[in-house]
Amino acid sequence: MKEFFETSIEPHFNYWVYVILMMIGLWAVIAKNNLIKKLIGMSIFQTAIILFYVSVGVKKGSGIPIIPKAKEAAAGAGEHGAAGAVNPDLFANPLPHVLMLTAIVVGVSTLGVALAVAQQLFKDFGTLEEDEILEQIKTADKASPDG
Amino acid sequence: MKWFALIAVVITGSLLIYGVSDFPDWGDAQSPANAGAKSSTGEPIGESVSQFYITETGRLTHVPNLVTAVLADYRGYDTMFETVVIFAAGMAIFAILRVLREDKHTLGPPAKDTTADGDHGRIIVGTTCKILIPVIQLFSLYVVAHGHYSPGGGFQGGVMLGASFILLAVAKDLGSALTWFTEKRFMTLACVGILIYAGFGLMAQFLQRHFLDYGVLHVILPKTDEVMARSHSMLGVEIGVAFTVTAIMFAIYANLSSRGELKRGL
Amino acid sequence: MIPIFDYIILIFMVIAAIISLKVKDLLSASMVFGIYSFLICLLWAEMGAVDVAFTEAAVGAGVSAVFLIATVYNTKRRSSD
Repeated sequence: MKEFFETSIEPHFNYWVYVILMMIGLWAVIAKNNLIKKLIGMSIFQTAIILFYVSVGVKKGSGIPIIPKAKEAAAGAGEHGAAGAVNPDLFANPLPHVLMLTAIVVGVSTLGVALAVAQQLFKDFGTLEEDEILEQIKTADKASPDG
Repeated sequence: MKWFALIAVVITGSLLIYGVSDFPDWGDAQSPANAGAKSSTGEPIGESVSQFYITETGRLTHVPNLVTAVLADYRGYDTMFETVVIFAAGMAIFAILRVLREDKHTLGPPAKDTTADGDHGRIIVGTTCKILIPVIQLFSLYVVAHGHYSPGGGFQGGVMLGASFILLAVAKDLGSALTWFTEKRFMTLACVGILIYAGFGLMAQFLQRHFLDYGVLHVILPKTDEVMARSHSMLGVEIGVAFTVTAIMFAIYANLSSRGELKRGL
Repeated sequence: MIPIFDYIILIFMVIAAIISLKVKDLLSASMVFGIYSFLICLLWAEMGAVDVAFTEAAVGAGVSAVFLIATVYNTKRRSSD
């Protein structure tokens, strides 16, 4: 049982959960009727993708990507050749962190834009339910067929 | 619609789970993303850029926090335009929501405090915020300035500084947050942030290097060599990012909470 | 990289995501979304991505929940699904 867990579930369990989260977000974006719910689903989708990126850079047994005493480590590298001092296996991969850090902040500002559009829709139609808005657009089209 | 969504989602999900089964194990230090691509016999056929970042950042920039170094120096062009995206989002919200004409009929009469305990709740909340907000602002400035050595940097510090103004607006009302941090000021601050960032890049260009190649700035900065010039320029760039993020976060909140009228808020 | 801790947070995250989409009160949905953001921030701190965790704690759990609440306050609080 323990062996089965270690060989077949543990290596990919995290990725499965991200796929499940992605599916929840995608389902909410397609099927939910309320626009705020759609936006929450969009944010869940986004965080699932960010989680996926960050977990690609994880190394078992490594620390956070901050080198203590960078100057001394650099001096050691100068003495023992170029790559003598800093062992890359001891630090997590910083590149996915950088890409995703900016993605989070950009994500919240785009969420703000989406919420502003939702408020403007509420001002025009008096509701945030998708089917009611579509209904109102249809009746307005029937009333004035010229457009 | 719900059945269609369910079928689409299940198909997408099963394809993704099938694709994930070929991935390297979770936490594998030798995976292509972490250690570079390898041929089928195990010979390395390409160097991983992240390994270069880990081994060489300390020597080339003397910055302990690798994330800040990669964010502000190696990928500076990327970060600059992420900041521009945030600025553009703020401008988009201004264009969508902001009501510039005075119209008395949209909001109705101003809300009166009709709660049973009157002002008592506000005394507690107001006093707590009066003590808390300076501490938050000081900590956020520390986060910006100390981003080289510990987790943090322009984005985090900027968001926290913006959140301290949002806290003031939530605890009292939007007007008292806007008395000092007026609309003119935060819009100017957002532009100044991006101009600081681009200014560091252009300064390097005037000194006949590439855009955002900070190393050459040791000619201008006193008592620095090429390595420390990169370290100091990262701090300057982070300050620019923090300005823009602070201003835009507060601008988004102010417009969303008052329907673009910038009057009463929550 | 403590496996049990990792699995518990992942399962809680899925539960929080489902609750925030199922609950009909939009204010509660925003708050549960804040809880989801804090769990994800915990997961990132556990994976060694401290900068990303810091950003998510400030942005996802703090500011984006406030934006959602501001919009819900200015529109309708009930949702049909």
